[in-house]
Amino acid sequence: MIAALRTPRGLVTVLVLVVLAVLPLLTQAFDQRYLLSIGTKIVIWSIAAVSLNMILGYGGMVSFGHAVFFGIGGYAVGILSAHGVSSGWIQWPVALLAATLWAALVGALSLRTRGLYFIMITLAFAQLVYYVGGGLEAYGADDGLNISRSRFPGVIDLRNKASFYWLCFVLLCGTLWFCSRFANSRFGYVIRGAKSNDLRMTALGFPVFRYRLAAFTISGAFGGLAGILLANEGAYISPAMMSWVKSGDLIVIVVLGGMGTLFGPLYGTIAFFVLEESLPPLLDLGRKGWGEYWQIVFGPMLVLIALYARGGIDSLFGRRR
Amino acid sequence: MTAPLLSTDRLVKRYGGLVATDNVSIDVVPGEIHALIGPNGAGKTTLVGQLTGNVTPDSGTIRFAGHDVTRLKTHARVALGLARSFQITSVLREFTALENVALAVQAHAGHSFRFLRDARSDESLRGPARTLLEEVGLGSRADAPAAALSHGEQRQLEIAMALAGDPQLLLLDEPMAGMGAEESQRMIGFLRALKGRRAMLLIEHDMDAVFQLADRITVLVYGRAIASGPPAEIRANPDVRQAYLGEETA
Repeated sequence: MIAALRTPRGLVTVLVLVVLAVLPLLTQAFDQRYLLSIGTKIVIWSIAAVSLNMILGYGGMVSFGHAVFFGIGGYAVGILSAHGVSSGWIQWPVALLAATLWAALVGALSLRTRGLYFIMITLAFAQLVYYVGGGLEAYGADDGLNISRSRFPGVIDLRNKASFYWLCFVLLCGTLWFCSRFANSRFGYVIRGAKSNDLRMTALGFPVFRYRLAAFTISGAFGGLAGILLANEGAYISPAMMSWVKSGDLIVIVVLGGMGTLFGPLYGTIAFFVLEESLPPLLDLGRKGWGEYWQIVFGPMLVLIALYARGGIDSLFGRRR
Repeated sequence: MTAPLLSTDRLVKRYGGLVATDNVSIDVVPGEIHALIGPNGAGKTTLVGQLTGNVTPDSGTIRFAGHDVTRLKTHARVALGLARSFQITSVLREFTALENVALAVQAHAGHSFRFLRDARSDESLRGPARTLLEEVGLGSRADAPAAALSHGEQRQLEIAMALAGDPQLLLLDEPMAGMGAEESQRMIGFLRALKGRRAMLLIEHDMDAVFQLADRITVLVYGRAIASGPPAEIRANPDVRQAYLGEETA
């Protein structure tokens, strides 16, 4: 921790993590409850972005349907809750299992393709689930459904905003820890090698498909975790949480933050939400009503990042060791 | 004669009307260097593809180390001891030389579903990798990114990767391609030093290299093996002279 403070990258990382760790105290001190809600969303989306980065950044698998795991995690919690199963001890494992199985199925079918076909197939599977969600009349169809939050009696009360935030933060730290181990493990080397040159990896004797499938499945499981949290954050589920736009946002976040870097997805999520929240009021200052078109400013910023900062935000803090 | 390590029996591969591999039966016995030569378009690449498992033959069989591997996937053939280098240099450019070889070692060290332990400090991978780099003369370049190595060094790196896991047969697809005279000579010396310990199937354009190294030569023309035998015999074969060597000396 002390050594990390000596490089700009380390300093930024430590600073961001410390601010996130004490965010509920800050928002309470300054009486900005709304900011805590945004902070919670940032932490949850960061978990999803880190999980997408495992396959997109490290593995070169451009999945254009990652938000489906928001939906599967969320709907598993919501549907159980609607049927009176309110215990998180049941809801969460079921939701994680559902996301994992779905990821394994989609991975098994889509990873046989490459490039544009892979992108389209992952998108198609996500859209399939999206429309199924919209057709579930019993669970609110397109309008979605208000749910009660998961119960962990005697352990944690998710209705308490600060407790819930800290739970999300701890889970984000766990996800980042796993990703940091994963990236340099034997498994991580195979996944990264396959991104670099999969013909070579096959010739070396690696059954690349199996490793990619495992990575895709793990990524889906963490994505499902983010979905569970997202449903609990708003006490609400709807097909909108898994629309293709959200999948696109997740890709933008990972690219913006820095693909294949540990903290890039976290920076990307923060930047994305900060811009989404701050650009509209800033533009409204120029002229009332301009705020609605904030994406006209946001789009070119992304283009600039794509053109001039290939490593994303993470690369702005100097070279990686 | 010892039983062949690798043998193909009347292998056929067609692409539409073109017969890229036309009833090819070749074999490699343990310890020998068998060179495969032929003009461009002779079907060398297609044949290599079938041996490595990237191309499925239309008919015929491939046997390796006592197994019928005709339908076996690439990684399963590698597990049996068949390693290859590529015609176009193929290394993992983002990784260091050491990491490249360590991955090759890892490929033979059981499954890689290990998620938590840091592979960078895993001496069971890095140790043998360093030894292999020394062996091919790249010891001092271990920490250089593969992309920063010269062309010749990348070819050496490929050989080091192919040697990991102690393969029974090395399939070398034009290892001298794009090398200068001096680099070529060094590679020839290196392959000669390996000779006897491992069987090699050498696909090569460089005739100097082929005649210096090979115990046997098979000549492929229009998908067919038109001649096979010791270098002196091939050199004297009138069909070969006309079809292939003749073009060069004319």
